[in-house]
Amino acid sequence: MLKTYDFTHLLLLSVLLWLCPPLHAEQQSATLTQAATLFQAADFNKTREAVDLLAASSDADVVTYLQALLDGKLYQDKVQGTLVIAKDGNTGDELRKIPTNNSLRKYVRGAIGQLSLSHPDAAVRLKSANGLLETVTPEMAEQLRGLLDKETDPAVKEALSLGLAMADLNAADKAVRLTAIESLAGNLHPGVRNRLTTMTTDSDAEVAKAAQAALKTIEDTAALYGHVETLFFGLSLGSVLVLAAIGLAITFGVMGVINMAHGELIMLGAYTTYIVQQLMPNFIDYSLFVAVPAAFIVSGAMGILIERTVIRHLYGRPLETLLATFGISLILQQLVRTVISPQNVPVSNPSWMSGSLEINSVLSLTYNRLYIVLFCLMVFALLYFVLRKTNLGLQVRAVSQNRAMARAMGVRSARVDALTFGLGSGIAGVAGVALSQLTNVGPNLGQAYIIDSFMVVVFGGVGNLWGTLVAGLSLGVVNKVLEPWAGAVLAKILVLVFIILFIQKRPRGLFPQKGRAAGD
Amino acid sequence: MFITRILQNDRGGQIMLAVLALVLVLVPVLNLLVPEGSFLHMPTYLVTLLGKYLTYALLAVAVDLVWGYLGILSLGHGAFFALGGYAMGMYLMRQIGDRGVYGNPELPDFMVFLSWKELPWFWQGFDMFWFAMLMVLLVPGLLAFVFGWLAFRSRVTGVYLSIITQALTYALMLAFFRNEMGFGGNNGLTDFKDILGFSLQADGTRVTLFVLSGLALAGGYLLCRYIINSKLGRVVVAIRDAESRTRFVGYRVEHYKVWVFTVSAMLAGIAGALYVPQVGIINPGEFSPLNSIEIVIWVAIGGRATLYGAVLGAILVNYAKTVFTGLMPESWIFMLGALFVLVTLYLPQGLAGLVKNLKENRWLQNFSRRAQA
Repeated sequence: MLKTYDFTHLLLLSVLLWLCPPLHAEQQSATLTQAATLFQAADFNKTREAVDLLAASSDADVVTYLQALLDGKLYQDKVQGTLVIAKDGNTGDELRKIPTNNSLRKYVRGAIGQLSLSHPDAAVRLKSANGLLETVTPEMAEQLRGLLDKETDPAVKEALSLGLAMADLNAADKAVRLTAIESLAGNLHPGVRNRLTTMTTDSDAEVAKAAQAALKTIEDTAALYGHVETLFFGLSLGSVLVLAAIGLAITFGVMGVINMAHGELIMLGAYTTYIVQQLMPNFIDYSLFVAVPAAFIVSGAMGILIERTVIRHLYGRPLETLLATFGISLILQQLVRTVISPQNVPVSNPSWMSGSLEINSVLSLTYNRLYIVLFCLMVFALLYFVLRKTNLGLQVRAVSQNRAMARAMGVRSARVDALTFGLGSGIAGVAGVALSQLTNVGPNLGQAYIIDSFMVVVFGGVGNLWGTLVAGLSLGVVNKVLEPWAGAVLAKILVLVFIILFIQKRPRGLFPQKGRAAGD
Repeated sequence: MFITRILQNDRGGQIMLAVLALVLVLVPVLNLLVPEGSFLHMPTYLVTLLGKYLTYALLAVAVDLVWGYLGILSLGHGAFFALGGYAMGMYLMRQIGDRGVYGNPELPDFMVFLSWKELPWFWQGFDMFWFAMLMVLLVPGLLAFVFGWLAFRSRVTGVYLSIITQALTYALMLAFFRNEMGFGGNNGLTDFKDILGFSLQADGTRVTLFVLSGLALAGGYLLCRYIINSKLGRVVVAIRDAESRTRFVGYRVEHYKVWVFTVSAMLAGIAGALYVPQVGIINPGEFSPLNSIEIVIWVAIGGRATLYGAVLGAILVNYAKTVFTGLMPESWIFMLGALFVLVTLYLPQGLAGLVKNLKENRWLQNFSRRAQA
């Protein structure tokens, strides 16, 4: 919703742009002269009359005068009585400021609103129609009805009919009030809700009851959108989890390697984003498009290095792999602390990531969350494609299912191992780019996600990309659903406990692998 | 004699316990009887430091029991240690009485600070030493029992088990960080004054705690060795090496696992309870997954499935940690990381295995065999 002062400023701006010719006292029209006489009386009632007079006139520039009056910039020449809009510091002795008070200012605001309702620009009309909702009076109903008939723009039409209904709420006729209440049911405008809340104490029992019912509908609708918002938050958190876990789903799920350094590969991706942004400070908006492939390469190369030097020697000894890779994670963290900084580094968001998509007045989806969800789905689809449709994917699956047989068929299993691990690590790096847009980038970034990632993979079922997707998204949603009544930390604990218990029940996750490949 | 029979074929254990006995006699003498200023005098902080190492060693023995002999890599033993520590810490908190900052005889300072009105139910009874000591055993034991009963019955094994133990300690860490939990939140429990009426600052108390830690280590060691030598121990090792086969032979594998896991958790709890009065603080950081993994690396470095190797590893790694975090704090993490990698790659049997191999002169043969492979 626009606050009134925002509205008046916008209005002033648009009106000033619209009225390019400079205003001179000599050119003042008959209406203005008439108003000036009324102003001269220095009586608030007379001033009100003058405002009415101005509002009724067809002159194009009256809005400017009214606005000046509202802003306290309207002055009157003491001798000649002409009206002058003062620029800052342009007041001499011969000028007298036209006094206003609160109720008068409110009145002027309403008058301006009404005037701009017939402005040729639909955007201005919409703004003023929206602004009307606060100040609307029953007397305006007729005028609004007239405007509504002439209106062509659907958005303005909607705003006007809302304003009309609001005006009718104050009508003397009970039937009109009831119809207005009925038409407002389900409307999410905050002004409507406030207005209806006051009407629940209406002297007429029937009206009060109707208002209550309408209010309930509104609250139900708002609650529904609240649920949609929670779902969206949950999905975006879930997407982060999926992004963090999906690389692990490959290294752990497909290869059976416990990579405790996975979190640090994510961290490397986030730091790559930082470095890319440092290298191209003038092109932050495009930096992410460079950072994604860069992070994939950096983390992927690091992954291949780890695989070739350490993990290769430990295949078939998962617990030892766990310890060795944990050592690697310590080294990588400390490396970043020593080489870059132990503190968090600033990563900026491109401008297209900020802002939000407003669905209605209670539901707006921030772009960064929206992009995370989309990005997650893209990465997932790409990975799925690689594993299902490419030669590399075929070999990866062959080796993970039956290494000996794959080798007998001529698959170079060592090379496939390295490439698979590189792929999983590279995806971790890409996840790091996404995370750098959401959380602080520091040496401990990875640690915060490693346990969550394992939970997601184990929950979804090892060796199953779909399982990871479903598990990540549903854990995210569950977390956000629990948060309002349990608090963020307790929600997380509950989810952890749930997974621990779930694994007892289904040790192989949501979607267990079937067949021979499942054997341990 | 009972002890000699337990240690019959345990050369390493004999040496370890002999050295421990010597230290337990020497340290109090050097600290209490040798006058200050003499170069033989042992400062009290050093006694406490050694005491801390001994509690770590006991913790490592507990981990070695489940990892080395039962084949369960627990990444959550730090949780049992911390729970034992918290039980002791709660007793020590109650002992502060009205000497706290707020002078409330009933409520610990942090509760007054959170403007709580009365002691939560789970703090009841902790003013009694015997009750607190019972809890030191029962709380970790019960948690291990319930967790193990659930996990082993549904045959969660290997890596899955490791990861859910890690999740367990992680969840506990998050929970204990919460102020609402009533365990002091972020700051944990600290500012302890005395234990059983003896001031924790006094040299005598410190030395007593040190000796108790040593005795607990010796006791824990003998208990574990006794379990391993018993018929039950044979089954336990069989489970480690061929779980399915043991099950098919007719043993209720999950019962054995739960039993050993619970004993191990209780030992870890005792270690925690001895650790807290010596370092003077317990906070949720003790639950962090990193701590639990560090314990595993002590055991790995010392040598799995030897017990005395765990003691050796815990003391050596922690001594190195003390030295290097003092000298060059940055490099310690690098060294720890490198230790993880190098030990798993090149010393799968740990230091104990290295010693054994050297003695049997097989090490070089092994090395050349590996080079050929």
